[in-house]
Amino acid sequence: MTSLVTDTRTVFSRELRPTLRSPFTMIIAMVQPLVFLGLFAPLLPGDRSAALQWFVPGIIVMSCLFSASMTGSNLLFEIQTGSHERMLVTPLRRPALLIGRALKEIVPMVAQAALIVLVCLPFGYRFHLGGALLGLVVMAGFSIGVGALSYTLALASKNQEWLFWTVQQTVLFPILLLAGVLLPLDGGPGWLRTLAAWNPLRYVVDAERALFDGDIWQATTVTGLVAAAGVAAFGLFVGVRAMRTST
Amino acid sequence: MIETQRLTKHFKDVRAVDGIDLTVARGELVALLGPNGAGKSTTLRMLTTLIPPTSGTASVAGFDVVRQQREVRQRIGYIGQGNGAGHSQRGRDELLSQGRAYGMGLRQARTRAAELIDSLGLGDVADRTVSTLSGGQRRRLDIAMGLIHAPELLFLDEPSTGLDPQNRANLQEHILRLRAEHDTTIVLTTHYLDEADSMAERVIVVDHGRVIADDSPARLKAEHVGDTIRLGFDTEHAAAGAATVLSGRGGSAYGKELTIRTESGPRQVPGMLEDLRSAGLPVASVEVTRPTLDDVFLTLTGRSLREGGSKTDGTPVPELVEV
Repeated sequence: MTSLVTDTRTVFSRELRPTLRSPFTMIIAMVQPLVFLGLFAPLLPGDRSAALQWFVPGIIVMSCLFSASMTGSNLLFEIQTGSHERMLVTPLRRPALLIGRALKEIVPMVAQAALIVLVCLPFGYRFHLGGALLGLVVMAGFSIGVGALSYTLALASKNQEWLFWTVQQTVLFPILLLAGVLLPLDGGPGWLRTLAAWNPLRYVVDAERALFDGDIWQATTVTGLVAAAGVAAFGLFVGVRAMRTST
Repeated sequence: MIETQRLTKHFKDVRAVDGIDLTVARGELVALLGPNGAGKSTTLRMLTTLIPPTSGTASVAGFDVVRQQREVRQRIGYIGQGNGAGHSQRGRDELLSQGRAYGMGLRQARTRAAELIDSLGLGDVADRTVSTLSGGQRRRLDIAMGLIHAPELLFLDEPSTGLDPQNRANLQEHILRLRAEHDTTIVLTTHYLDEADSMAERVIVVDHGRVIADDSPARLKAEHVGDTIRLGFDTEHAAAGAATVLSGRGGSAYGKELTIRTESGPRQVPGMLEDLRSAGLPVASVEVTRPTLDDVFLTLTGRSLREGGSKTDGTPVPELVEV
């Protein structure tokens, strides 16, 4: 018998297989955040290892957001060719279609996170393994939500690919900047901090910073988990609805 | 196997499907025939749970397409208009995923995939990336995917569009064999007249979202059109005389030709020739034309199926695909 877990595994392994068969694409994707880190980190003021301590979890969250928001881009093509339709006719549970695809985007993300951390170790970066692992769980939850929303966006823009990319790019950067990934929000004006307070990614980023440092028993961990779970639940709700009503 | 009541689908103001009542029994092979935009595919998409009906009900394989979607999906196979296999995937991998999606174990899925690869002649290409396959090969792979769980009911939406005549013949053969071997119930849509004619025992003609005729191809033709017998004579006078002799059969003379519309034309010609010889009116030429389903459509709607789109007739389409 199938369950949500086995269905998710079916979708996940189907999605991952082409990547595993040609790992070159994954390697290219992994270099990207390193370039970002190499060019941006030197601009950070103050002590270098303290700056890395603050900056590295943010970069990991950023690449995670980028990957998850791309979930729908593979789907766009599969909607056009007909393979998405074929998946919809199978008894696969609808949430499994969303979760499996989003999780596939997270696997390269885990490898990316490991690579970023490894590269930063010689420059004085230190992290807590348990905290980092819990941090990955929080990010996985967040990514499932973002992935499901990206999937929904692809369904909505199935005959007009430009719509997907326009919305994805337009939404991505404000969310990123309002989460304090690249620069701290503390010094910003009140209106900006108010906007940031409504941004779930902001709580995820705060949680990641604390978790990677090993501050596990903090309120930030709870708010981060709640924000990630909330985004996941919202994304799955919207995504499953979109699948049911999409023509 | 299928039972619909007043099945309806509106897209904004367009009534794509306008109250279709349909009953398909186990083991039937049914073709939905109609021009582009008639509502064939929309009907199929509702029956396969892809889109919800606006109103009306449909029960497929014993389950409701709205309230019991998983039960319906578990029991049907669907081969859509596009390519079911992902272009970046390998054929065999897709067959395995498809088997897993229907709850098969890995070993069972492997065995079944190997079987289908073999029976559909995909042995040489199953381990290549789908994007490198030809159109005909991809179509065979689609069929293999639709059959992975040996469904009791199979839907095919325009299965042979874009295939060259040879591949179409292959495909039709596969479908007929499937039916002969496993007694699968098959519902297909097509706008190829000859396909509906040669494959299906039952043709449901759809136009403007409604069923306008539903019978075997032979009965549809006999009932709605009949055969046309054309008798040629040497003179107009002879033709007019023949019309009088055969007046009981309802012919009409025009010039040197007498045209008679009737059922079972070939059986009637010998008798006619005899009557005319006795009357001293020698016949110069005889032509019996059997109607096509297009003639049926023309009679029913006043329009020809061949007019509507670029690829609506039975002749090979320009866009050929090699095996």
